[in-house]
Amino acid sequence: MKTVAELSRDLASKKISSVELTKHYLDRIKKFDKTLNAFITVTEDQALENAKKADEKRAKSAAGPLTGIPLAQKDIFCTLGVKTTCGSKILDNFISPYDATTVQKFNDAGLVLLGKTNMDEFAMGSSNENSFYGPVKNPWDLERVPGGSSGGSAATVAAGLAPAATGTDTGGSIRQPAALCGITGLKPTYGRVSRYGMIAFASSLDQGGLMTRSAEDAALLLNVMAGFDEKDSTSVDKPVPDYTKKLNNSIKGLRIGLPSEFFNQGLDADVAKVVQAAIKEYEKLGASVHEIHLPNTKLSIPAYYVIAPAECSSNLARFDGVRYGYRCKNPQDLEDLYKRSRSEGFGAEVKRRIMIGTYALSAGYYDAYYLQAQKVRGLIRQDFSKAFEKVDVILGPTSPTTAFKIGEKTADPISMYLSDIYTIAVNLAGLPGMSIPCGFAKNLPVGLQLIGNLFSEEQLLTAAHNYQKVTDWHTKQPEGF
Amino acid sequence: MTLTAADVKKIAHLARLNMSEDDIAFYTPQLSNILHFVEQMNQCDTSHIDPVANPLDLSQRTRPDKVTEPNQREAFQKIAPEVQAGLYLVPKVIEDEA
Repeated sequence: MKTVAELSRDLASKKISSVELTKHYLDRIKKFDKTLNAFITVTEDQALENAKKADEKRAKSAAGPLTGIPLAQKDIFCTLGVKTTCGSKILDNFISPYDATTVQKFNDAGLVLLGKTNMDEFAMGSSNENSFYGPVKNPWDLERVPGGSSGGSAATVAAGLAPAATGTDTGGSIRQPAALCGITGLKPTYGRVSRYGMIAFASSLDQGGLMTRSAEDAALLLNVMAGFDEKDSTSVDKPVPDYTKKLNNSIKGLRIGLPSEFFNQGLDADVAKVVQAAIKEYEKLGASVHEIHLPNTKLSIPAYYVIAPAECSSNLARFDGVRYGYRCKNPQDLEDLYKRSRSEGFGAEVKRRIMIGTYALSAGYYDAYYLQAQKVRGLIRQDFSKAFEKVDVILGPTSPTTAFKIGEKTADPISMYLSDIYTIAVNLAGLPGMSIPCGFAKNLPVGLQLIGNLFSEEQLLTAAHNYQKVTDWHTKQPEGF
Repeated sequence: MTLTAADVKKIAHLARLNMSEDDIAFYTPQLSNILHFVEQMNQCDTSHIDPVANPLDLSQRTRPDKVTEPNQREAFQKIAPEVQAGLYLVPKVIEDEA
């Protein structure tokens, strides 16, 4: 299976047309998506039409490097005229009247939307089992989860149903599924990518990013996706570098920090072995390794499960059955309309989080929960600032285990929450993070997490690309696809 | 904090969620467990720490008060559950006078 970089060269040299390429992926979706359930909507007609336009642009030499490259969008990004569900029954009938900035940017760059990928409802979950449209299967083992919440995008890229996909990451939703499906995932710094038209879950944590077959592909696509957007009040007005420029720079002398808290008893022994081998590889590349401490890591999940639900309870108040989305049948009065539309439209995990958030923000409990969580957030951020005085990049496992079985953690919400122990602190601190494939444990992919300081995406991508130049884990493909 | 069924009923009402007695029985222990779990954060001393609302400590940007969006009422109302004469319809809120 080819990378975006390779396909871009094939398109430029006229070895293949965008229409041919788009048909190829649409055929693969038809063939394999019954098994994987990775797509909620496939935009076949529109894709072929846009591929044709891309080929015409190329014929007129008016094409950019990514014109004609097919792409899947997570179904959290609003797409004009296309169903946008966020994995929820409450938006099952929602045809977006506008494009998210990210969608607009990829359209403007000539990429071809193949469809919208499955996800945990409102991005709340780590297994993709919370989707109204059913669970997604992991292409490496169909009895296992792909991770979540961007599980559809991860399975799509791993199985080669699209060369790349978008994702969003509030507590690990790009990095954890990337790890569990053996692909490259990039969550940029908070504010780097516009949140306009990206359906809000927890506004101070949500960040859009990429799920690809290589770090080079992530760099190519981040060049399109990153940048200031006046429509997003938390977007950061900072110049966007060409993320591909420094990919081949040497990482000799790079100071790598290994947080002792990421290698404790919670980490699966086989995963630990694979991650240690990856760290050795970095040493061979000339990086130096230093032990560091992020002492408040264990408080990141408790703090997150106050802040994220609090923000979600507020964001999801807009779903009221009045202006768009699901409305219950025969409402008796306005309150009945609100209550039944929401109860019938939301799934169990979303309801749990709305209720926890409502409670944490209610009179008398705000200081004990929300304010305390925001202070713990300060502590966690301080841990990282101290660490980045001594090191350039932090390495560790992305997830404590490989992909778990479908149904294994659904009865106990907290056991599911704990699968994000290494990723959540990064969102609380607003930092960029990546997951790259670094080997297998019992035939299942293992992800290596790279965490950088604010706006250090370039450095992270360089570190990831250097590793991918001397290893081939990112080129491995699941059998049968 | 261990929640009672009455607490959960009240929270559900505040969140405008309908809950049957079975739902209340299902969610009450789960929500209590989650609250016990998050209360771990009370173990640490945060008296010297400022709360963080935005990871970059940026405040919301303001913009000039100018109209930037075109009127798209028809496009927006096309996806509404029920509209009439350009208005969103909901069940009657104020009763007629007798």
